[in-house]
Amino acid sequence: MLQIISVLLENKPGALLRVTGLLSARGYNIESLTVARTVDPELSRMTIVFDVEERLRTQVVKQMNKLINVLQATDLTDTPSVCREMVLVRVRTTQENRTAVIKEAEIFSARVVDSSTEGFALEATGETEKLEEFIDVMRSYGEIDVTRSGGVAMSLETKKLRLQPPVPTRAAATTKEEPVVNV
Amino acid sequence: MSNLMNGAKMLLECLAREGVDCFFGYPGGVTLPLYDAVYDHHIKHVLVRHEENAAFAAEGYARATGKVGVCCATSGPGATNLVTGLVDAMMDSIPIVAITGQVTSKLIGSDAFQEADTFGITRSCTKHNYLVKNIGELPAILHEAFYIAGSGRPGPVLVDIPKDVFQAQGHYTPVDTIHLPGYKVPMDGHAGQVRRAAQMMWEAERPYIYAGGGVVAANASQELRELVELLDAPAVCTLMGLGAMPSGHPNFVSMPGMHGSYASNMGMYNCSLLVALGVRFDDRVTGRLAAFAPHAKVIHVDIDPAEIGKNRTADLPIVGDVKRVLKKLTGILAETEAAEAPKMAASRRAWNAQIRTWKAEHPYDTTRSDDEIYPQHLMTEIDRLSGGEAIVTSDVGQHQMWAAQLIRFNEPRLWINSGGLGAMGFGVPSAIGAQFARPDKLVFAIAGDGGFQMSIPELSTIAAHQLPIKMIVMNNGVLGMIRQWQELFYNNRLSSCALDSFPDVEKLAGAYGFKGRTVEKPSELAKALEEAVREPGPYLLNVKVKQTENVYPMVPAGGAINEMVLGPVEVPEEVTR
Repeated sequence: MLQIISVLLENKPGALLRVTGLLSARGYNIESLTVARTVDPELSRMTIVFDVEERLRTQVVKQMNKLINVLQATDLTDTPSVCREMVLVRVRTTQENRTAVIKEAEIFSARVVDSSTEGFALEATGETEKLEEFIDVMRSYGEIDVTRSGGVAMSLETKKLRLQPPVPTRAAATTKEEPVVNV
Repeated sequence: MSNLMNGAKMLLECLAREGVDCFFGYPGGVTLPLYDAVYDHHIKHVLVRHEENAAFAAEGYARATGKVGVCCATSGPGATNLVTGLVDAMMDSIPIVAITGQVTSKLIGSDAFQEADTFGITRSCTKHNYLVKNIGELPAILHEAFYIAGSGRPGPVLVDIPKDVFQAQGHYTPVDTIHLPGYKVPMDGHAGQVRRAAQMMWEAERPYIYAGGGVVAANASQELRELVELLDAPAVCTLMGLGAMPSGHPNFVSMPGMHGSYASNMGMYNCSLLVALGVRFDDRVTGRLAAFAPHAKVIHVDIDPAEIGKNRTADLPIVGDVKRVLKKLTGILAETEAAEAPKMAASRRAWNAQIRTWKAEHPYDTTRSDDEIYPQHLMTEIDRLSGGEAIVTSDVGQHQMWAAQLIRFNEPRLWINSGGLGAMGFGVPSAIGAQFARPDKLVFAIAGDGGFQMSIPELSTIAAHQLPIKMIVMNNGVLGMIRQWQELFYNNRLSSCALDSFPDVEKLAGAYGFKGRTVEKPSELAKALEEAVREPGPYLLNVKVKQTENVYPMVPAGGAINEMVLGPVEVPEEVTR
C-alpha cells in the first residue's frame, strides 16, 4: 500500500531537494510529489506518496523534521486524512462513441475541458483508485493521453504547529543562559 | 550602528562577533576580495596546503575546544576538496562552518571557470547549507550558520558566497536575533521519562553505561561521572566518547565494539540495563544487532530524535541535551539513593566483580619484545609520556585502534580521531587545528605510514608556524588494517597493501627545517619519544614496527559482540604470485 507524507516547508531554493534527497539517498523512489504555496506565500505544502517499509518511513519522517527548512513533516498514512488527485485525459474517439464517452465521464463526475472532431479532453478529480478506473474506462474507447497531478493530501486532525521562537545571536546573548526552546 | 563596507569585511565582522580567532583555508580567484579583507584583519588565517586539510584542521580545532571551527575554500576545486571534511564532521557531529567562494552571481550556471554547484554537492553532507544571493542577507545567514553548526546535534554548515557579494558595498547592521522557525533544538528531556529512567536504574541488577560522542559534545562528562558513581555502575566509552570518563576511573571498563576490550563487550552482552548516552548504536560497536545486549532493556538519551530507535529499539527514550538530562537524573538519583540503592546492592557488587574478572582475564595485549617494536609497545610509551594529559590525534587504521585501546585520557577533547567516516589523512591536519586551539597542550599526531603520506603537504604548514606537534608514524610498511583483513578474511592474499617505499624522515623533516628520526630498536623507542617531546618545535618520529601484528580483540564484521577473536589464529602462508 502506498503511504502519504505531508510536509510544510519554507518556500526557499533547495528546500524541495533537501526533502526528496532523504529518499533518494536511501534508494527509494517517489510515486508522486506535489508542491505549492500555502496561504502564507513564504511556505509551501508538499505531499509525497511513496512505498517505503514502515520502520524506514518513521526514520525518514524524523529526518525530514530535522531539516532546517521543514516546519512540520507528518505521516498521514495511518491518521484521518483525505487524499485527492486530478487527472487530465485526452481520448480519441469515433463519432458513434462520442455520446457514450460523455455518459461515462458524467458517471465519474469528469468535466469536458476540450472537444474536437477527434475526441475530448476530460478533467476528473477524486481518489486515486477512482481515477484509475476512469482511465481504464476511457482507454476502452480509444487511444488516450493521461497527465496526473499526483496526490494532494490534508490531515483531518488539527495538529498544532509549533514554531520555534527567535533566539539571540552569540554576541547579543547578554546572559549566559541558553535559549529556551519548545520541544 | 551601521556603516558601509564590502561583503568580505562584513563576513569577517560576523566571524569576529561569533568569537572566531582563527580559521583555516586556501585562497582562490573568487575569494580574492575576502583575502584582501583578511590582510589587515585581526582574525588569524592559517594557510594550509590542501583544502581537505583546512576542513580537518577546523575539525581538530572544534574537537579540541567545543567551539565552532571555521574553514574556507574557493569555488570549484576548492569547494570539492572540502567535501571529505564536511562528511567527516557530519558523521562525527562536529561543529564547523565552511565558507566557500562562488563565481559571480550572473555567471552561476554558465560553466564559468572554477564553477561547481557547491550548494548542490554539499547538500547531503552538511547539516544545512546556504547560497548567499545578496549582501543584505549575508550577516543573518552567517549567524544562522554558526547557530545551526553549534547547537542541537552539532554538524557542518556551509555558506557559499559569490564573488560579487564579497565585493558589494552594504551597510552593516549587527544581527541580534536568529529566526529559524523550523529548527527545533531539544533541551530538557521529558520529566516523566527521566523519573522512570531513575527507577529503572535502581531496579537493574546489571546496569551498564554506554557513553558516546554526544557526552563529549554536550560537555557532560562531569554529569556522566556523577551518574556512574551514584549507581556504582560499570561504564564504557565509545571511540568517539573516549575521555568522557577518565581512563583511570574504577568504574571505567574500556572501549566497546569491534576492537573493544573483552570486558567491555562481555559487559555489553550480559548487562540487564543498557544506559545509552549520546550514542548511535554504530555497527562498529554493536556487531550483529540481534546479538547486541540481548538481555538488556535500553534507556536511550540523545538530542537527535532520529537516533532513537534507528538501530536498536529503546525501551525508554529520552530526547534531550544529555547534560541537562543527566543533571536532572542525578538529582533524582541522589534524592532516592538512601531508599533505593541498598535493594540491588548485592547483585551490583557481583556484577562489578564479574566485570573486574573479565578485565583481569583478558586485558588489552601489551606485548613487547627485544627484537622488534610492537605497535602496542609504541602506544604504551606514548601513553607513559602523555600521562592522560596530552592531546592525541589519530589517523585511521590499526594504529588508531591500538591508540584508542592503550592511551589513557583523563578528560574529554584530548582524543581526536575520524570515527564515523574513517577518513585517512585526518591525523596530521587535525593536530594543526588542535594545536592552534590549545597552544598550551602537548599534541601527538599518530598516523600510519599510509595516512601520513596523505598528509605530507601539511608538514609545510607545521613548519611555517613552528607548531610543536609530535608526529609519530607507526610504520609497518603496509596498510595495516587492509593487510589484517586480507590475512583473516581473504586467504592472506595481500593485494595492494604494501607501501614499498617510505621517505627517509630525517631528510624529509630536514627539508622542512625541523627534526626527524627513525627508530627500529625497542631499546631506543622510549628515548626517541622523550627526545621528540623535549624538542621545542615540530618533530617527526618514524617508528618501524612489526608488520604482521593484528589488532585484537576483534569482532568480525556482522559477528556477535560476545564472540570475539582474542588472538592470532592459524592463517595460511602468504600466497605468492
